[in-house]
Amino acid sequence: MKDLSCDFLEIGGQKLKSRLFLGTGKFSSNRLIPEAVKASGAQVVTVALRRVDPGFEEENIASYVPKECILMPNTSGARNAAEAVRIARLAREAGCGNWVKIEVITDNRYLLPDNYETIKATEILASEGFVVLPYVSPDLTVARKLVEAGAAAVMPLGAPIGSNRGLRTKELVRILVEEIPLPVIVDAGLGRPSEAAEAMEMGVAAVLVNTAIATAGDPVAMARAFGLAVEAGRLAYLAGPGEVVEYARASSPLTGFLREE
Amino acid sequence: MSFYEVLKEYKDFDFEEFFARIKPADVKRVLAKDRLDGRDYLVLLSPPAEAFLEEMAQKAHRLTVQHFGRTVLLYTPLYISDYCVNSCLYCGFKAENPIKRKKLSPEEVEAEARLIASTGLKHVLVLTGESRRHSPVSYIKECVEVLKKYFTSIGIEIYPLWEEEYAELVWAGVDGITIYQEVYDEEVYAQLHPAGPKRDFVFRLDAPERACRAGMRTANVGALLGLNDWRREAFFTGLHACYLQDAFPAVEVSISPPRLRPHLGSFEPRVRVTDKNLVQYILAFRLFMPRGGITISTRERPELRDRLVLLGATRMSAGSCTAVGGRVQKEGAGQFDISDDRSVAEVAAMLYSRGYQPVYKDWQYL
Repeated sequence: MKDLSCDFLEIGGQKLKSRLFLGTGKFSSNRLIPEAVKASGAQVVTVALRRVDPGFEEENIASYVPKECILMPNTSGARNAAEAVRIARLAREAGCGNWVKIEVITDNRYLLPDNYETIKATEILASEGFVVLPYVSPDLTVARKLVEAGAAAVMPLGAPIGSNRGLRTKELVRILVEEIPLPVIVDAGLGRPSEAAEAMEMGVAAVLVNTAIATAGDPVAMARAFGLAVEAGRLAYLAGPGEVVEYARASSPLTGFLREE
Repeated sequence: MSFYEVLKEYKDFDFEEFFARIKPADVKRVLAKDRLDGRDYLVLLSPPAEAFLEEMAQKAHRLTVQHFGRTVLLYTPLYISDYCVNSCLYCGFKAENPIKRKKLSPEEVEAEARLIASTGLKHVLVLTGESRRHSPVSYIKECVEVLKKYFTSIGIEIYPLWEEEYAELVWAGVDGITIYQEVYDEEVYAQLHPAGPKRDFVFRLDAPERACRAGMRTANVGALLGLNDWRREAFFTGLHACYLQDAFPAVEVSISPPRLRPHLGSFEPRVRVTDKNLVQYILAFRLFMPRGGITISTRERPELRDRLVLLGATRMSAGSCTAVGGRVQKEGAGQFDISDDRSVAEVAAMLYSRGYQPVYKDWQYL
């Protein structure tokens, strides 16, 4: 029987057991972050550099990320590649490591990413040794360019950030999973653990969740639920789900006559 | 294009007739919508919508948590000069008021900055009166240079500038602009601003647009409530915010709903804006612009501010002082009296007690 004991996600030279990445921006208290991390089993936690405040330990969001986790600063607030690059460099200088989630957003209504600027930033940062995880609208051509640019993974959105609308981009994400030789991580939009499981079942490498966990009635319990769902979805993917058909297989109306020979 | 064109479209609009036709079913229909247009927003600002405040509040709360999380950004105003050549009838700094004027030296700015920074705040809003002689752009830049050492986000609430001047300040490190039109009704505006450069209604109206073009990251607009019919003013403030968001999708647009406070002088509010009115405005705006920021200053009393956190507020000032150099010297006439004199730590504690994370830093000077 398959299990997950030897199933690792490899990114940037790291072997990750957990395929749930956690966002931190919307918790009602930074103090909930370590609890949510523990409950979910997440090993990668993203924090906006704009919120990192090394001079104020008690209120510094980054200091609530457990030391054993990979801290992945994100470039929230960047409006173009140059700003994303600048933020990533500042993050590295601030001791946040060399992972970076590129987020370039020029649309404050839907928070949809600017794929073009994201590709440019990826190219620069990858060449500087960053482990680059770009957040994009799912698009095969863009994803291929990100591969060429040196991205460590591709992070397509499931639906607009914070919308909790689920995997609305399913067909496009499926194409990326089939065609892109990098981990595909669904970032943004997943609102329910069942949606995370659905994404994992179709073969995405991981999911990143913030709003659905941070704004739940009990964020820690929801973190646990997402952790379980991601594991269930991954195991289901490895197990090889049965084919979905639209009719019962009891008869073969078109070819049944062949058995009579 | 200018927001003035939008305003002109409403020149002969009969608000009373519009409100008179609204039925409860119209309000319910708007409440069921995901995306509201300007007319929907006006329905929520109408007298009949007052019967639906709880429904509006539930939805506003849900949207705010969804888009901003349970977080509130804290900032504080820093008055650096109260020299002013305008004669705004409602303002404590108006030119005719016989107050001893003051302008902070860079050293004094630093002393104030040090005190503010010791509270943990990283966002500061720089304010001046309008005097190009006493507080020219070069002086503001000089102050920004000092403030950059202590804060990661610097906003300005000063007199309207030309685009190139805004660009200079952006280059110097300013990332946000707050400018209140005060009154969107041009005639009332003319009555309340009898002298000084502020008489130019359109130059002020277009200021946030010029600032956004110059590269500001955040723009905050508002009408001073109490000067004119609040429903119209709330409506035009919302439309102005929406206009800016459409024109500058990358800018974080927000509104302030400041109510007129007592100040030196004898101006009485022309219109009484109740707590209920203020709440209706905040809720309607949240439903109209789910991702729009809502700034609540210390003009409001603590017990009301505490409740507004749950209704849509996303930014709050704390530890405020409206006098130039007032934090260090503990004296001087303020622009207006504040209602919430709690310290930053006390406001943060209130937020925690309500299940909200106070955010001290939400931008990084690049």
